Amino acid sequence: MPGVAEKLEAKHSGALWLAARKIGYAAESDPVEICFQRGWTDGLPVTPPTDERVIAMLKGTPRKPDEIVGKIPPNLAECTIEKVAINAVMAGCRPEYMPVLLAAIEAALEPVFTLHGVLATTYFSSPVIIVNGPIAKRIGMNSGINALGQGNRANASIGRALNLIVRNVGGGRPGEADRSTLGAPSKFTLCFAEDESDSSWQPLSVARGFAPGTSTVTLFQGHGPEAFVDQKSRTAEALTKSFAMSLVKIGHPKLVQSARVVVVLSPEHYAIYKEAGWDRAQIERALHEATIRPGAELVAGVDGVGEGIPASRAGEQVPKFHEGCLMVVRAGGAAGLFSAILPGWLAGRNPVELQPVTKEVR
Amino acid sequence: MNANMSTNEQLTWLRDPTAETEAVMRARRVPPKSLDGLTVGLFDIGKTRSDEFLNRVEQRMAERGIKTKRYAKPTNAKVAPQEVVAKVVEEVDVVLIGLSD
Repeated sequence: MPGVAEKLEAKHSGALWLAARKIGYAAESDPVEICFQRGWTDGLPVTPPTDERVIAMLKGTPRKPDEIVGKIPPNLAECTIEKVAINAVMAGCRPEYMPVLLAAIEAALEPVFTLHGVLATTYFSSPVIIVNGPIAKRIGMNSGINALGQGNRANASIGRALNLIVRNVGGGRPGEADRSTLGAPSKFTLCFAEDESDSSWQPLSVARGFAPGTSTVTLFQGHGPEAFVDQKSRTAEALTKSFAMSLVKIGHPKLVQSARVVVVLSPEHYAIYKEAGWDRAQIERALHEATIRPGAELVAGVDGVGEGIPASRAGEQVPKFHEGCLMVVRAGGAAGLFSAILPGWLAGRNPVELQPVTKEVR
Repeated sequence: MNANMSTNEQLTWLRDPTAETEAVMRARRVPPKSLDGLTVGLFDIGKTRSDEFLNRVEQRMAERGIKTKRYAKPTNAKVAPQEVVAKVVEEVDVVLIGLSD
């Protein structure tokens, strides 16, 4: 990644303006192994953060290397642009990803995102990053085939960089402040772009109050994906009912109003809604309403299952999600009547204290 | 790698991705031998059913003549607001934090 200019700069200036501690190792040792030994990785190899790579990464932002981005939990350690760049190098980012990564950090540090809790929870969650606007195309992000999977550098490395910053700058490591019972592969990275190729679809960023054409990142506390399969429903109403059957199972079928959710709607499933003339708002509303069930079926102990709601709610009609806690985004390859469900963190039972956060990429 | 082991020219350098901070070990405060005459703070961390647990503790302490005060975080997902922590420090001698979900 670093060109001749960065190599010469690193060699001749000694990169004296970089503030991070320099760690020397014998030239014959393997720098990738040094990074493992120092505990700097998520378990996969990282790109060794050499001066020339860090200098090249810092060229991806006009912001000054010593500027403080914020305090990273759990240790609430101050994080500079330079430390972001070092971790971005390690994660495999290119310099042009820096504005997206910086917006993601800014979003993650909003108190209502609750990054400390997301890290510390026994649940499966970590930051899920959804990118909107022209920046996604500019840096080559994937919103199509395998959007939630491997194989795209920007998708993979931006999400990974945020998690490495929590690990390395914030000190958040599994078994220490990270108490996740089982974890999830999405704790390595889960970052994708929304498919905005169909003008009938209102992008997530616009739904969340940003002008069309604005580049944004939206951070959600979740994990996944979980599969949703319906290859036979052909009407919007049938598909909605079908979705609801899967959505009510998130966490547990008798667990309600405890987590938010992101539904990743595939092109073939969206085509059914589009044909019926349903827009984002109508789909989200219909999905919310389709998950409302009689409380009597959900009471703790019913069907011989301990999990459930208090008996005092037996007479209510109970929605699976709090109002406004179901977000739909569009992504995926053209073929496949499959969509994905990204379940949110259980702390979403308090939808005021815990919210997704959207920030403009500047 | 100790820099004294070889000259700088023989070393390759990486930049530290961590916050370059060190953990400080602090000795725990010695717990009081008795709660007689002390005020006990009962701190609800905001987890489901914490209140049930602390209600019971409060009741048992009242039976033993121990003075209690209640505090709460708005949600278990976040650290306690600074003003709540300050109140606890000012108003009680001992604090009990618990949950029961």
